[in-house]
Amino acid sequence: MPPDGIGRYWFLQGCANVISIPAIILFAAFAGFASLARESGLTLDQALLATAAIWALPAQVVLVGSMVAGASFWATALAVTLSSVRLLPMVVSLLPVIRTQHTPRWQLLLASHFVAVTAWIFAMTRAPEIPRDGRMAFLLGFGCAIMTGSLICITLSYLLLERLPPVASAALFFLTPMYFLTSLTAAAKALVDKLAMALGLVLGPLFFLWVPGLDLLWTGLVGGSAAYCVGRLVRRPA
Amino acid sequence: MSPFDQPYLYILVAGALVSDCWRWLGALVAGQLREDSELLEWVRAVAGALIAGVIARLILFPNGALAETELWLRVLAAGVGFTGFLLIKRSVLAGVLLAEAVLLIGLLGSGF
Repeated sequence: MPPDGIGRYWFLQGCANVISIPAIILFAAFAGFASLARESGLTLDQALLATAAIWALPAQVVLVGSMVAGASFWATALAVTLSSVRLLPMVVSLLPVIRTQHTPRWQLLLASHFVAVTAWIFAMTRAPEIPRDGRMAFLLGFGCAIMTGSLICITLSYLLLERLPPVASAALFFLTPMYFLTSLTAAAKALVDKLAMALGLVLGPLFFLWVPGLDLLWTGLVGGSAAYCVGRLVRRPA
Repeated sequence: MSPFDQPYLYILVAGALVSDCWRWLGALVAGQLREDSELLEWVRAVAGALIAGVIARLILFPNGALAETELWLRVLAAGVGFTGFLLIKRSVLAGVLLAEAVLLIGLLGSGF
């Protein structure tokens, strides 16, 4: 952290952004995750642990889905890790924007845990307005604050769900896919990314009916590879 | 063996470790790996398609209270929400709210 309070100032600025539209949508999506976790048989502490330790809603949903389907340990790990691969390019593109020449490696590793769709979009758009010395502190402040807020929302949602009418719990549940669908489309800039989304939407249900349990793996590998090949052909016409 | 016999092992290893390893790898290679490399592009495409598969599954084959709702209503709500998202300055909030509104009107209208 840079000296003379710059770090503290930007950390608190990051925290203050816990009241922002992306953060509030994320909280609602986590309230939806609480309902998924509860219906799937996870205890509250398991839902909280999964959120703090994984911190990537798609991976969490894949994990819970695989557990409910009774998938083996390795099939679960493979599906989750494939859904999380996209964290690598996010970290690779974000860190050069927020690091300084003296940022220690442990801070980069720590900061990387907070990188997920919401924090990535938010930090990428806000970073240019923040002096470079304050960017790491800003990301850490925002990350800590939205994680704390998410854990609170999960607890409230989990505990209150029992008393919610089915209509409210169905609406909460529906938040997760709609949040993914819109925020990931918003983040998909290149043709390949858009094609991959479209193919995944079509192939997902087909593989689900055809090879349940391994459906996500096949959807990712077949849909993603096809999108990549089409993207290459378009870029370099043969 | 059911996953629920060892939920913490699943959460911490098959969930957290296999996700964080990509972040750590990213932190270690950031600056050395070009963001537009072919490998990263393929990797991004596979992850994108997989998550789109998750989305389709959550809408078409949900569990919990949502499973009790009509399929056509969920698809209609998702379609309206997504169209709204595209038309209203690609606003995530607008898309999510529209989809929820259609779902709620449909459910309340049918006495769910």
